Amino acid sequence: MLESNKDSAKLDAMKRIVGMIAKGKNASELFPAVVKNVASKNIEIKKLVYVYLVRYAEEQQDLALLSISTFQRALKDPNQLIRASALRVLSSIRVPIIVPIMMLAIKEASADLSPYVRKNAAHAIQKLYSLDPEQKEMLIEVIEKLLKDKSTLVAGSVVMAFEEVCPDRIDLIHKNYRKLCNLLVDVEEWGQVVIIHMLTRYARTQFVSPWKEDDGLEDNEKNFYESDDEQKEKTDKRKKTYAMDPDHRLLIRNTKPLLQSRNAAVVMAVAQLYWHIAPKSETGIISKSLVRLLRSNREVQYIVLQNIATMSIQRKGMFEPYLKSFYVRSTDPTMIKTLKLEILTNLANEANISTLLREFQTYVKSQDKQFAAATIQTIGRCATNISEVTDTCLNGLVCLLSNRDEIVVAESVVVIKKLLQMQPAQHGEIIKHMAKLLDSITVPVARASILWLIGENCERVPKIAPDVLRKMAKSFTSEDDLVKLQILNLGAKLYLTNSKQTKLLTQYILNLGKYDQNYDIRDRTRFIRQLIVPNEKSGALSKYAKKIFLAQKPAPLLESPFKDRDHFQLGTLSHTLNTKATGYLELSNWPEVAPDPSVRNVEVIELAKEWTPVGKAKKENSAKKFYSESEEDEDSSDSSSDSESGSGSESGERGESGEEGDSSEDSSSGQESESGSESGVEDERTAKRNSKPKGKSDSEDGEKENEKSKTSDSSNAESSSIEESSSDSESESDSESETESRRVTKEKGKKTKQDRNPLTKDVSLLDLDDFNPVSTPVALPTPALSPSLIADLEGLNLSTSSSVISVTAPVFVPMKTHVLLHRMSGKGLAANYYFPRQPCIFGDKMVSVQITLNNTTDQKIENIHIGGKKLPIGMQMHVFNPIDSLEPEGSITVSMGIDFCDSTQTASFQLCTKDDCFNVNIQPPVGELLLPVAMSEKDFKKEQGMLTGMNETSTVIITAPQNFTSSVILQKVVNVANVGAVPSGQDNIHRFAAKTVHSGSLMLVTVELKEGSTAQLIINTEKTVIGSVLLRELKPVLSQG
Amino acid sequence: MIHSLFLINSSGDIFLEKHWKSVVSRSVCDYFFEAQERATEAENVPPVIPTPHHYLLSVYRHKIFFVAVIQTEVPPLFVIEFLHRVVDTFQDYFGVCSEPVIKDNVVVVYEVLEEMLDNGFPLATESNILKELIKPPTILRTVVNTITGSTNVGDQLPTGQLSVVPWRRTGVKYTNNEAYFDVIEEIDAIIDKSGSTVTAEIQGVIDACVKLTGMPDLTLSFMNPRLLDDVSFHPCVRFKRWESERILSFIPPDGNFRLLSYHVSAQNLVAIPVYVKHNISFRDSSSLGRFEITVGPKQTMGKTIEGVMVTSQMPKGVLNMSLTPSQGTHTFDPVTKMLSWDVGKINPQKLPSLKGTMSLQAGASKPDENPTINLQFKIQQLAISGLKVNRLDMYGEKYKPFKGIKYMTKAGKFQVRT
Repeated sequence: MLESNKDSAKLDAMKRIVGMIAKGKNASELFPAVVKNVASKNIEIKKLVYVYLVRYAEEQQDLALLSISTFQRALKDPNQLIRASALRVLSSIRVPIIVPIMMLAIKEASADLSPYVRKNAAHAIQKLYSLDPEQKEMLIEVIEKLLKDKSTLVAGSVVMAFEEVCPDRIDLIHKNYRKLCNLLVDVEEWGQVVIIHMLTRYARTQFVSPWKEDDGLEDNEKNFYESDDEQKEKTDKRKKTYAMDPDHRLLIRNTKPLLQSRNAAVVMAVAQLYWHIAPKSETGIISKSLVRLLRSNREVQYIVLQNIATMSIQRKGMFEPYLKSFYVRSTDPTMIKTLKLEILTNLANEANISTLLREFQTYVKSQDKQFAAATIQTIGRCATNISEVTDTCLNGLVCLLSNRDEIVVAESVVVIKKLLQMQPAQHGEIIKHMAKLLDSITVPVARASILWLIGENCERVPKIAPDVLRKMAKSFTSEDDLVKLQILNLGAKLYLTNSKQTKLLTQYILNLGKYDQNYDIRDRTRFIRQLIVPNEKSGALSKYAKKIFLAQKPAPLLESPFKDRDHFQLGTLSHTLNTKATGYLELSNWPEVAPDPSVRNVEVIELAKEWTPVGKAKKENSAKKFYSESEEDEDSSDSSSDSESGSGSESGERGESGEEGDSSEDSSSGQESESGSESGVEDERTAKRNSKPKGKSDSEDGEKENEKSKTSDSSNAESSSIEESSSDSESESDSESETESRRVTKEKGKKTKQDRNPLTKDVSLLDLDDFNPVSTPVALPTPALSPSLIADLEGLNLSTSSSVISVTAPVFVPMKTHVLLHRMSGKGLAANYYFPRQPCIFGDKMVSVQITLNNTTDQKIENIHIGGKKLPIGMQMHVFNPIDSLEPEGSITVSMGIDFCDSTQTASFQLCTKDDCFNVNIQPPVGELLLPVAMSEKDFKKEQGMLTGMNETSTVIITAPQNFTSSVILQKVVNVANVGAVPSGQDNIHRFAAKTVHSGSLMLVTVELKEGSTAQLIINTEKTVIGSVLLRELKPVLSQG
Repeated sequence: MIHSLFLINSSGDIFLEKHWKSVVSRSVCDYFFEAQERATEAENVPPVIPTPHHYLLSVYRHKIFFVAVIQTEVPPLFVIEFLHRVVDTFQDYFGVCSEPVIKDNVVVVYEVLEEMLDNGFPLATESNILKELIKPPTILRTVVNTITGSTNVGDQLPTGQLSVVPWRRTGVKYTNNEAYFDVIEEIDAIIDKSGSTVTAEIQGVIDACVKLTGMPDLTLSFMNPRLLDDVSFHPCVRFKRWESERILSFIPPDGNFRLLSYHVSAQNLVAIPVYVKHNISFRDSSSLGRFEITVGPKQTMGKTIEGVMVTSQMPKGVLNMSLTPSQGTHTFDPVTKMLSWDVGKINPQKLPSLKGTMSLQAGASKPDENPTINLQFKIQQLAISGLKVNRLDMYGEKYKPFKGIKYMTKAGKFQVRT
């Protein structure tokens, strides 16, 4: 049929062949006939032939080569689907001869325009590697290239390839770390799992341990212990302030939403990430999600319960609130039941033991006897762990001895034996009772246990013990080996303590043992005989026989079978099996000193680095080169022309309305600057701020100052709020559409195809050019792009302004903190905030604010959260997640995002604890409402040319000439405002550029040095209010010495 | 990652195998059969079985074992979750996932599996995308295909795979635009002998059936979102919007999908809608036991309880039961000792009951535990947690969709200990 001309006949034939393959029948003799059809036009036939080829190519290598040329042709096909599938099949044909062809194909595909093809290339890497490991070096190059890919489609696959081919080349990750963290949420779920596991390992090698003792932040000298749980690790006392690496924090923060994934594997991956790398105080949030997974299928339950079991050993508290979720149902499979029991035991404590014991009682009666037996062991463990209930448990277990089921009784005996061993005193009654049971119990372990117990306590039950021995001697031959050994032991012990009655009996037993079939028993018999029966040959040892046999034996520790699993990474196969699986990669211990964090910095435009003030290592660290360039959406290339025409007219309109608003603002600000008293206050404030950097380390001093400046701030705010209201009304009109469209662009990552996306069409075109430059929260390194992509990007400019604007990393981050809530007014809760000058992760229009909460009381402060918000219209705020509790002397840093709408208005809100609410305000200094941008001098001049007239404000500064060196000016300016330096051709002109966070309007600052000791300060911006405020703030700073 | 997949039916035959890397001999399944033998019931087969060179990870659904063979370390949940996704996909494609159906559609199954994994790593698992790649078989299409010789393999790369909304295909068109949401809540409870609640919690899901043209953007808000304690979303839901406003905002996939599953916090008291009165007693001396159950409504908010079904695993000693129900039908399987009683609706005026005697094995001692009773029921038009959808809005499209919301409460794992 395969020779037939008709496609339908061929198809039918192929379907039958595939059916044969599926059933596992050998269809290899058809190979030549099938291969001919590889070039078929019919796609379904083609696909089925592919299926066949992949299956049998290995066996028929020569014939398989016939098909290769077809694939090579298909690799050049314009349809990306065909390219991808050709690559897929080509790489799946496991014929060593074609390795070079595959290598070539992979290299080409990794530069393909279609991310789908690139994804397939990433898969092909693994296939080629398994076929020919010698290609490793070349493949690593491809991986390196693909790692830089910013498509979410590719990320998962390439990390998978990385894990398979070169998991030890951690250096490849550095540059991509932040990108991966940021992309994570958008990657498909399977990729997420792989990436999270990889990043966990990465984090363990790159960051220092966050598991520290909770000290207050004020206490700068903190002891830096390894956690209690990691006792194996040598405790390491180093005096050093622990500050979490921002990258470490980034990872933890970005994975948190994934706990809400519907995919159990993702949730588990995040859980293990939190477990292994998050600070202990934050691990708690995973328990809820893990408990949710228990609703899933039994297989998922099984794995999750195993992991919970391991976690619950180390940290009971995590799962205690969910105790009842682990109650056993009679319909659960046995393995689930045992795991649940295990967890219940781990969670048992004084408070809940009585409820648990009641619950256990029902389990003991279960029809599933294996489970009932496990329950009894559990009770035993609870009894040993919690001394209060030992007696109750013991009594309960004794009651079970009269149970009808043998397994239950046997298990009880064994457990009672262990319990009694721990408290050997005054339990004669129980022992007697058990001795009686010896007649009825047949389970060897139980019999052995009873015998051992009697032997051990033979002095307490002098009458019974010999009698038992007599009975046992009778049945010796028919006993199990285990029991026989114990009979021998019992005999020996009785011989030593009560030789009068038992001498003959023991000798009889020893004789029996001598001829036993089991060598172990014969051996033991000989040993005991030599030891206890005095004769000439026996040396010194027999004197000590009593001591040997009746020594105090240490009580056994009833331990969890999950105890030893904790050295495996949670959620891995190795953890489940409790053995090292092939390819398991150990999670390394935390490094004592963090490797250089700067390796993760993606290279910023060189100049920004040059300008960074030297000699301030601390600043250097905190200045994260985070966003090097605003990312243009890849897809927007098709639509750029579209949107431009659409937005052109609109933005014109917008500009007009903006100017209208501006003019009124301008006039009001003019009035304001006239009022002398106020500018005096202003001066004072800025003067203080200027003095700030020197006393930076001196936090107390700074606090006072902040307070002062704050009061002046607020007076300023009142007046400025009036002027802002006009600008607000302007932004209000589009704020609705803005939020709308922001949602769309942001959350969907790269969705800007307006034509495809009718949602944005009618409402948000107006704003698109506004926020596109700000773009998605994806850090995209310029050098990380493959050349073709750069070329792509260059053609992508959406609007006029975006051609030159690219957000850069802040040049300098002042460590100045402001008081949010003083500890006196906050009843012991103190809060400080500062502006980290990083693009906010919560929204592109928000300013990120870091709040450090300190608990200065001696009690826990619980449930710290943000209550009512009183925000001016248009302002938005992304609150931090409620903090469950803050230990005394503890401190925690959280980050928030506030959209100040480019105004210096105060954001008022309530900071609430469990008991109280405090009204607090955040008022941003105008310099913090900016994001630095990098642009060339030419662009700067061009933009400046467009922002003249009333968009320009200027002033003259007079100061000593030594203040006019470039480094001093840079230092002063960046201290006040978050601006980026623009390279300048002239020595006497310094330029700085930034854009406002909310609207993205440019803010251009020029300092032009004149003759003598004067200089001109010019600010060009559309937002004249901010411009003038900034001017007022900059002026005194620059004039000062 | 995943090397091979074997499908094994309950009688231990491998009826389908698929390899993504080198062929693994099916003899590897012998280890699985060994484990299967050791476990008395199919449910007790451990999901992870190590063998000298491979690891077998299996899931058991629809009386079929899906056994994945892997060779190296991989998160077990990754594989298990994927296998479940495979089963879901089959169900989606063929309506049911059973051995005969898979055998009948072996080619489609093969094609689907080929697309789902590449080299053992998941490639396309969204059913929206898969269906564009490989059209699900329908009777009509089968007829057309045989006549015209056309195929059920799509020749275009589904746009969803590349777009930023990977779960939705583009170019969806409907004449009737409709969006239905089912809020289904399940009560998991353990009730002890005396009728008091040991543990009870509510697990809910919102299943959606959305057939809307174009790229609609929906928002769904609740009257009382605080009730939801722990939620997990379909990837389409915008997490940040939920964090900040407690509103579900999403571009839905086309067709049926699970939008949200949630957990109602355990702190809230759960209203238990039914009670069971039971009197089950065995006597030591005689070989007869008494058996009596009555089911009645408790807190039902005025709604009727439907679809009530009582099942109970009787102790091994019970030989047979002679029972008379006041309504519905009952069966007792003397081999598995499973009693099931299909009650139907509960009429509060005349409570359904099941009475009679059990005959016990002569001479055997009385079982020491009374059987637990598993209960199933349904209450329409009620979400027991009190969750209410406030409104559903659509943006991005011009037409007016038809919207509908249905509530239902069901028994999840509802057990009464006796």
